[in-house]
Amino acid sequence: MSDLFAAIQQNRESVLEEWLTGVKAGSRKRGLIDKDLENQASEVLSLIAGAPAGTRLDDTSAPAWQTLNHLLASFSVSGANLGFSPSEVSLFVLSLKAPLFKLARQLNKNNTDELFAEVSRIDDFVDRLALHTADSYIEGRNQIIARQQQEMMELSTPVVTLWDGIVALPLIGTLDSNRTQIVMESLLDAIVQTNSRFAIIDITGVPTVDTLVAQHLLKTITAARLMGAECILSGIRPQIAQTIVHLGIDLADVVTKARLADALKLALERSGRMVVRTSKTGTQQATPREN
Amino acid sequence: MERIPILRMGNFLLVTIQVDMHDKLALTLQDDLTTRIAEVGAKGVLIDISSLEIVDSFIGRTLANIASMARVLDAETVVVGMQPAVAITLVELGMSLPGIRTALNVETGMEFLRQTVPDYRERDDDGDYTED
Repeated sequence: MSDLFAAIQQNRESVLEEWLTGVKAGSRKRGLIDKDLENQASEVLSLIAGAPAGTRLDDTSAPAWQTLNHLLASFSVSGANLGFSPSEVSLFVLSLKAPLFKLARQLNKNNTDELFAEVSRIDDFVDRLALHTADSYIEGRNQIIARQQQEMMELSTPVVTLWDGIVALPLIGTLDSNRTQIVMESLLDAIVQTNSRFAIIDITGVPTVDTLVAQHLLKTITAARLMGAECILSGIRPQIAQTIVHLGIDLADVVTKARLADALKLALERSGRMVVRTSKTGTQQATPREN
Repeated sequence: MERIPILRMGNFLLVTIQVDMHDKLALTLQDDLTTRIAEVGAKGVLIDISSLEIVDSFIGRTLANIASMARVLDAETVVVGMQPAVAITLVELGMSLPGIRTALNVETGMEFLRQTVPDYRERDDDGDYTED
């Protein structure tokens, strides 16, 4: 075993070169991270070669291999961040097999049995490292997904005040139960805080409305009504209107408007206000028409 | 025995629930309120639940019942100041309370009652109703 480590140490340059050639041959994005790749590979090689004598290849959880595991993990996490595919990241490790097999062949020229044993040990070792890399890759991806979910939650529910006593909730993106709960709570809190009698829910940014989403919306509207605020649903696109009718969702008790502007106008009217054009601009526009 | 006070303001009755409602208390309130509506010939009832933080299906149903009973006795009921958490709970319990009128606070609730309830004071001959 230590023979192999010594051999790697001696033939470092050629092993590294062969390894990198193997990686580049299998990779789609050629030359993209050449320098990084070389540094990583050389670091991995020195860690393998520098393993203390008597370290077993078939036990990758041994303390001697911890540094190597950490290095590969950080490599695959950064690979995930850079947008590499899992196979590309695994390939980086798996390409180490060819040069190591070659070394093993040189070491055991006369003893076929010993050669096979050595090759199978190396094979096993590299496979384990590759599996570890794949696991770390997925873990890295999961971290990205969790972070993005968190970010989406944060920007998902702004409640805006359109006028004294009129708040609007522009919904963007697909509604699931988790989000609807947050939406509902923030809208109801805003109604209490701003003392608003009218709440406009704008669903222009909601791509699809299915029965579940409609049910969530109805719940929110009912809860607002229970608190004494009137809800107006706006921004219903033609396709969504068709879907709602086809699904048999009953929106009879809900005031619906096609545009946010119409909803605002209705809310203003119901609160005893009205929007008028000032006379100056009005006459300016009217004059040419009269002539 | 614990009771929820019912205040009279002209044509209207004012109920402020400031303690945790339990079933018995809700039923007592139902009794007291219906009696009082009939007694004074109230035309409007305002129930302020802004201090109520816990509500279950029974309390919700009792509120709906009180509103229906008041309607039968010719009085409009408005429930004001429901907390967001209470509203969410009632909706999740499937109780949308369709017969109940709601308002944000006592002020808008009274405004609503004044608008909807016709003024009977002028027609009242025996001077039962005092000025506001």
